[in-house]
Amino acid sequence: METPGENSVLDLRKVSKGFADVPALQDISLKVRAGSITGLIGPDGAGKTTLMRLIAGLLVPDSGGISVLGIDAVKSPLQVQHVMGYMPQRFGLYEDLTVQENLDLYADLQGLPDAERPTRYSALTKLTGLAPFTKRLAGKLSGGMKQKLGLACVLVRPPQLLLLDEPTVGVDPVSRRELWSIVSRLVHEENMTALLSTAYLDEAERCQEVILLHKGELLGQGAPAEFSRNLAGRSFQVTLPSLNKRTLQGRLARSPGVIDATIQRTGVRIVMKNGMQPDPAGFPEDIRIEAVPPRFEDSFISLLREKDGSPTLPGASPDRAETNHDDVITVDRIAKSFGSFHAVKNISFSVKAGEVFGLLGANGAGKSTTFRMLCGLLPPTDGQLKVAGLDLRHAPAKARARIGYMAQKFSLYGDLSVLENLRFFSSAYGLRGDAQRSQIDWAMQEFELKQYAKSRSKELPLGYKQRLALAAALMHRPKILFLDEPTSGVDPLARREFWHRIATLADEGVTVLVTTHFMEEAEYCDRLVIMAEGEILAGGTPDALRARVQSEKIPDPSMEDAFVELIKKHETGRNTDADSA
Amino acid sequence: MPILRKPDPARRAAPMRLRGMLRKEARQIIRDPSSIAIAFVLPVLLLLLFGYGISLDAKHVPLGIVVESPSPEAAAFAGAFEQSAYLSPQRFGTIQEAELALITHRVDGIVWLRSDFEEKLLAGAEAPIGVIINGVDANTAHIIEGYVNGAWLSWLQHHAAAQGVEQTLPVQLQQRIWFNAELRSQNFLVPGLIAVIMTLIGALLTAMVVAREWERGTMEALMVTPVTAKEILLGKLLPYFMLGIGGLALSVGMAVWQFNVPLKGSLPILFISSSLFLIASLGMGLTISTVARNQFVAGQVAIIVTFLPAFMLSGFIFDINSMPRAIQIVTYLLPARYYVSILQTIFLAGNVWKVILLNSLALILFCAFFLGVARKRTVKRLD
Repeated sequence: METPGENSVLDLRKVSKGFADVPALQDISLKVRAGSITGLIGPDGAGKTTLMRLIAGLLVPDSGGISVLGIDAVKSPLQVQHVMGYMPQRFGLYEDLTVQENLDLYADLQGLPDAERPTRYSALTKLTGLAPFTKRLAGKLSGGMKQKLGLACVLVRPPQLLLLDEPTVGVDPVSRRELWSIVSRLVHEENMTALLSTAYLDEAERCQEVILLHKGELLGQGAPAEFSRNLAGRSFQVTLPSLNKRTLQGRLARSPGVIDATIQRTGVRIVMKNGMQPDPAGFPEDIRIEAVPPRFEDSFISLLREKDGSPTLPGASPDRAETNHDDVITVDRIAKSFGSFHAVKNISFSVKAGEVFGLLGANGAGKSTTFRMLCGLLPPTDGQLKVAGLDLRHAPAKARARIGYMAQKFSLYGDLSVLENLRFFSSAYGLRGDAQRSQIDWAMQEFELKQYAKSRSKELPLGYKQRLALAAALMHRPKILFLDEPTSGVDPLARREFWHRIATLADEGVTVLVTTHFMEEAEYCDRLVIMAEGEILAGGTPDALRARVQSEKIPDPSMEDAFVELIKKHETGRNTDADSA
Repeated sequence: MPILRKPDPARRAAPMRLRGMLRKEARQIIRDPSSIAIAFVLPVLLLLLFGYGISLDAKHVPLGIVVESPSPEAAAFAGAFEQSAYLSPQRFGTIQEAELALITHRVDGIVWLRSDFEEKLLAGAEAPIGVIINGVDANTAHIIEGYVNGAWLSWLQHHAAAQGVEQTLPVQLQQRIWFNAELRSQNFLVPGLIAVIMTLIGALLTAMVVAREWERGTMEALMVTPVTAKEILLGKLLPYFMLGIGGLALSVGMAVWQFNVPLKGSLPILFISSSLFLIASLGMGLTISTVARNQFVAGQVAIIVTFLPAFMLSGFIFDINSMPRAIQIVTYLLPARYYVSILQTIFLAGNVWKVILLNSLALILFCAFFLGVARKRTVKRLD
């Protein structure tokens, strides 16, 4: 039983849960303080969703106890559900009901008295910015607005404990910030307690407390600052103007003592092993190394590295291959409409040979549609496209032989083994005999897939699935590689390794076109365009884009700041257009 | 310890939750064209297809007649076929031509009068006629066989009478057909079809809409609200019951006014027994939905375990008595069997209480069983 005076809303005691003998959570004991925002952080498959569902009474633990506000969640889940609000990862909005009708439904289900509804509705719709859209069908809302409506539905009768499972995944940064401010305000004003899981490590720093999960085990719990404190003196920002940032990052990552190297604004941020200092020897003279305060992310990565060991990075390629800098992809005012919906509106850009080019935007910005048109999978409604000098509308098969494509979802054959998948994809691209064998050997070696050669690919760990998908896309040695959200749902460690591979490919002269909704990944691109609602808001190098929004208020903007500012500018621009019209 | 906020008094909260569920489902039905299509468009299509397109009566069956040597006797015999509403005879000069027509499906059978037909007849010897029937469609084949035999017999009688010989048959057959005096297959197909339509709305539609909630993630969101499993079930049961009754009204209306099927029994009894069947079907649909959590699987399972049996084993098209014994036993496990029997009785025979009550009792047992299973298996848990 709880000792009186202890202020915990949620109490887990030695909770274990497995699915078909595979343990999902092992011996988890934790408490969540009343009135706090607690973040549940961990890579994919850490058990975050399982933990949420156990607390919500949707799953029964194999052993251990869970109490919510003193109620036993295992024995009386219905009672817990009276005091709790839970927003699942894919919040089930009824898309064929309007915003108001969705709110009405949840008000009925939560038992909000009719008399209290008007005030509550107006407060929530005002807070979420949904007030002008109450008559709109939920299915017609943007991704960010859907998420806000989901939150409003959960909050319609103020819960005492709010569970949010990855509420910000795939949501544009503007909406992410708004969601966070809504949650913070409510926790503060309505005396709620929130437990939320997230894949964005920067969000951990907005939590009062952080719970770190990894492979079903609790790695630690505490304030984010406590985690970073252990890393004091181990984080550095390295700049070297004379070297390409990706090359610098690659070299730093392979330097002794470096456990993490990421491109950060104008330089590379590194985290050193305990007791080691960065060594500038072997780098050009103009290298600058500055100590920077540690972030939560640094401690997260170093904790996981301690747990799992450092990954072997793909071999460094000697130097940037000589490539001519002609445009290999040109997109000239293409548009795509699906009925009355304009997914892509008149966009133009071009990509030079050997470039890593990014399409950055939230879900629904039109990135995937643009991609499918580029790959010849979807005919544009209007405009011209050229990939490797070929018009895809007239010679799609020929152009496709020069490109590799990695789809957003795992699109290999789950029931085939790794080897069988590679054989199939190489033969689909016309490889036979020795050429096929040597390519498969190369892929097995390069992507370290040998140990899994005979495993069914659907049973692979997520990071390996992604490696296999990339290997399959590279079987025919394409000169142009299309990657559609390659890192979505992949944990931070696998994402880092993935970008190392991309950097290596780019150094070998492969042109890479990539879409992502992770703002920080944009830093790996040579150039990028920012997309929203089917339009290109801005394009250029990461440095140029960040510089565009630099102001007194934001002296050193991040890519996310740039994105948010550009969206804001776009929206005010649209409003003034509407006013003048 | 934070103070526990008191939940609203249960007696006000429960009806409110049910109201929410019902209102939501009604709005979804109205906005989702596929629900409306299954409930109202599909019945109309099926009724039109079965009412007009499929008929088990043989009418205007093309029949080839070969008269090798024209003679008054042969012509008179061939003429007997032409008066029949069931046959539409075509003349062929030689048997080869007629056989070709049979092979190419231009005729379903051949009546062959050889060149010595008249000679033998006049001689009083046996004067056989050759009959060749396409046996692929056994049903039509039997009908042709019967008609040809009948025509032959009646011609013999006439022939004998014309000759002044009284040919007496040992037995005089007086036929009277009960319940479907006109022998229209529509009269039993259309009522039977109502059972198929009710199965579609009750089981298929319900299983699919619950699976849709799983697919779209709305079920998980519902489950963590204070709504109870019973309310989730009622929230599906009541709206689709209403939809099913709508489909019933439409089907009965079309049966009576469009296809002129007689409705001899009373409407209230039809309504009550249909409600029982509909509830049993909804129970099956909800039971399926506790297993199948995506629309594809739910649809397949519902079609295989409810729709197809209702179609083939309920006695709606195929007579149960002529099925093999083992299959006859299987039909007892199908609610549709009892309902088809009630429907055909109410429409064609009237309120035959013994049939209606016995079959209704079986339907009540099915209702209790399936609703019980659905209730027991619907838990607010994901594992």
